[in-house]
This record gives sequence, C-alpha cells and structure tokens, in this order.
Amino acid sequence: MIFEKVVNIIAEQLGVDDIESITMETSMMKDLEADSLDAVEIMMALEDEFGISVPDEDAENFKNIGDIVKYVEKKAE
Amino acid sequence: MKRVVITGLGAVTPIGIGKENFWNSLIQGKSGVGLITRFDTTEFDTKIGAEVKDFNPSDYIDKKEAKRMDRFTQYAVVGSKLAIEDGNIDLDKLDLDKVGVVIGVGIGGMETMETEYEKLRDRGPSRVSPLFIPMMISNMAPGQISMTFGFKGPTMTVTTACASSTHAIGEAFRMIKSGNVDMVVAGGADASITPISVAGFCSMKALSTRNDNPTKASRPFDKERDGFVMGEGAGILILEELDHALSRGANIYGEIVGYGSTSDAFHITQPDPEARGATRAMELALEEAVASYEDVDYINAHGTSTYFNDKLETLAIKNVFKDHTKNINISSTKSMTGHLLGAAGGIEAIATLMAIKEGIIPPTINYDNPDEECDLNYTPNIAVKRDIKYAISNSLGFGGHNGTVLFKKYID
Repeated sequence: MIFEKVVNIIAEQLGVDDIESITMETSMMKDLEADSLDAVEIMMALEDEFGISVPDEDAENFKNIGDIVKYVEKKAE
Repeated sequence: MKRVVITGLGAVTPIGIGKENFWNSLIQGKSGVGLITRFDTTEFDTKIGAEVKDFNPSDYIDKKEAKRMDRFTQYAVVGSKLAIEDGNIDLDKLDLDKVGVVIGVGIGGMETMETEYEKLRDRGPSRVSPLFIPMMISNMAPGQISMTFGFKGPTMTVTTACASSTHAIGEAFRMIKSGNVDMVVAGGADASITPISVAGFCSMKALSTRNDNPTKASRPFDKERDGFVMGEGAGILILEELDHALSRGANIYGEIVGYGSTSDAFHITQPDPEARGATRAMELALEEAVASYEDVDYINAHGTSTYFNDKLETLAIKNVFKDHTKNINISSTKSMTGHLLGAAGGIEAIATLMAIKEGIIPPTINYDNPDEECDLNYTPNIAVKRDIKYAISNSLGFGGHNGTVLFKKYID
C-alpha cells in the first residue's frame, strides 16, 4: 500500500507513464533521471501524503525506492 | 550591414494555435473573448478574458519538462517549436552558437507566484516548491527555448510591459543586422489571466467590464470602448540573415527594415498627451529603413480599446503620416485576440507579415460607433484585399515604452 502511494507520487512528479516499470530496486536519480530539484519536490509530496517530516540528512541516504518505502513505513507507524 | 528576413511563424493565441488557424480567424473576424474559466470571478468587476483554448503542452513538449514550466513558458516553447517547424529549419544544419533567443515577457510567472505564495501563507516557508523560482522568473521563456532546441547565442528577455515583444523583435533585428548572429528566435509570451493580475488591472480601471457581451468587449477606436480585454499566449518569429535564409531555400514572409524605440518620460500608465514618444518611434523606424511616410500601406495598431491609448495612438499616426494618413489601412487585431501584454507585439508582427504575404488586411471588429477623436480608416469589421509594400506594427507599454517595427514585402 505504501509502495503504491510512493510510486504514484514519484511517477506523478517525474512524468513517468509506465508505472509498472518502477520497482523497489529503481533509483530515482539514476533510473528515472530525477535531479536535485525533483528530489526536494518528491520529499515534500511524501511529507504531505504521509504526514511525516523527512530531514535532508535522511533524504540523502535514499538509494532506491525500497529505501524510501522502508523509511516511510517506519516513520508512519 | 546585413539584411534581415522573417522565415518562420509560431502562434499560440486565443483565436487559434498555429499560424494558419490564427490567420484564418483574423481574416474571418473571429473573437477569442469569453468568460474567464481559469478561476472563480464572482467578486471581480471583470469576468471576461481571451484564454487560449484546447492547449495541451504535452502534445508538443516532454511532459516532465512541461511540468517544470509556468504557462507563459509553455506557450513560448510551443510557439518556438511551431515557428521552427513552419520555417522548415533543420537544427542539425545550423551553427547553434550563432542562433539567439530574445523573448518579450511583460509579467512572467504570475500563476506560479500566486500558487506558491498561498503555500507560504497557509503552510509556511518549508512548503514552497524548489521549482518556484525557476518557473516564475521571466527569463525562463528564452532559457527553456534555448535548452529545448540547443540555441547557444545571446538569450534574453525584454520587459517593457505591453511593448515587450515588439522591442524583442527590434533588438533581435539589430543583432542580426550587425552581423553578430545568423538567426534569432524572437517574439513574446505571457499568461496573466490569474486572480491577482486581473484584480490589479481591474483596480486600474484598465479592463473592459462588458461581461454580458464578451465577444463585443474589445472594441478599439470605437466610441463605446471601455477598456482592454486580457489575453494570453505567444507569438514567435524566426528572424534570419538574408543570405543564410536564401542559402537554405527558406520561405520568406517579409523583411524587417526599421525599428524605433523611445520613451515618453511622462507617467507610469498614461501616454504622453501629445503622443510624442509614439510619434518618434514610428519616425525612427522609417528613418532606419530610409523609407518615406508615404510608402506605408498598413499599420497594425497597438489599439488596446482603452480611452487613452486609442485616442493618442491616433494622434501619433496623424503626426507621422500627415496628409497620407487617409490612404493608410489601420487595424487593431486586439479586437479579436484581446491584449496579450508581453506577447501582443509577437502575434501582431505575425498578423502584419501574413497581411503582407497574403495581400489581405485583417479588420478591427466591433467597430460600430465612430469617435470624433479617432477618425481614421481602421478597416472596420471586414478584412480587405490590398497589396502591401510597407507595414508597421506598433506597441506602447505602461512605463512610457514605445516600440515600432517596420516590415517590407520581400523583393530581391
């Protein structure tokens, strides 16, 4: 459930049409060609969606979508 | 000095997207004015505007890129794409270092400004988008055109309110004329049908309040005129050095032969009461072309449908053209498109060049009641056929900025 929401947010922000192509292993920056401005927008959208706060120092450690999903799951508990 | 011709036209307007649709609406006298749909106008004195219809940016540009642009920039990039296609330009065959981009933007990313300000006010500074600044700033229209097509020459914005795009075209003309670049993508874009822009122009009493009859609201030079109608869109032209154009077998719409740029040094919104600045702008354009005032057949007027503009532009035309004035066809295509602010001079340059190319003068629609202070031939209501050798396009902006460009039928 959290995975689907995260994927939808990222796909929306980055204009990805093929949502199926995004997996836990997908890298936002490398595979989806997001830049630093996209990353900030996506973190803000995640904060709004899940009612959490994502400090910059945490966001810097996300390597793939899986890292984001696990982080959100933990924070949203 | 180099000669400069126009070889591509791209229009995104309230009466049609693309040169053909725009031109067909112009010669048919079609109005693009209607009730504003973008926001709730309940509390606004003016509820009408000339919106661009059926515009879907992803039909023309990458969806993700489009999302990072304010609407005025989307219009500018789409207008450029249409102009490049219309000009049959092969980007691989250009020296991209010698292609410039000069775009007039009167207002800029007001929609983005409003959206992000609401976030700041309601939810605090941490909610303001990182894309706010790069979407809102006016220079992103030429910046994004440069990035989309790879043009690496001088790339800049001209901001002189409603004269912005005429000045942009004039400055682009000079860049090519002096030999600095081969080609310039020039024109203007604006998208200001937003709550705060409309509210601001309403408070100035600048906008028509003919809400019960939108298509009749923009009526330049008519005695019953009551203000302008806000429009939006982009008008983009490809200006090209003549030999460069000839060597690639380009279709030439016309030649740009003169440019005049002056200031009133008078008042923030009112024109000089003797129209000295507008008069001198037209005189300078004729001087540069070494043309006589008697050579001019058509004037695409600024003609906003405000009391002051139409009266004083009429005076300026009489100052310049004297007894020849009666022989000139004048028209304000704003009667159909509304006033596109920073994009006005761009789409009006396109209208003027098409008039030269086709030998047809688009009309001033809604011209029903002659005004003794506006007593010229405004080409009322119906397009007329006329062979045009020289034609002028005027733009006059708040701040006292005056711009005139002079076009000529292309003859080898």
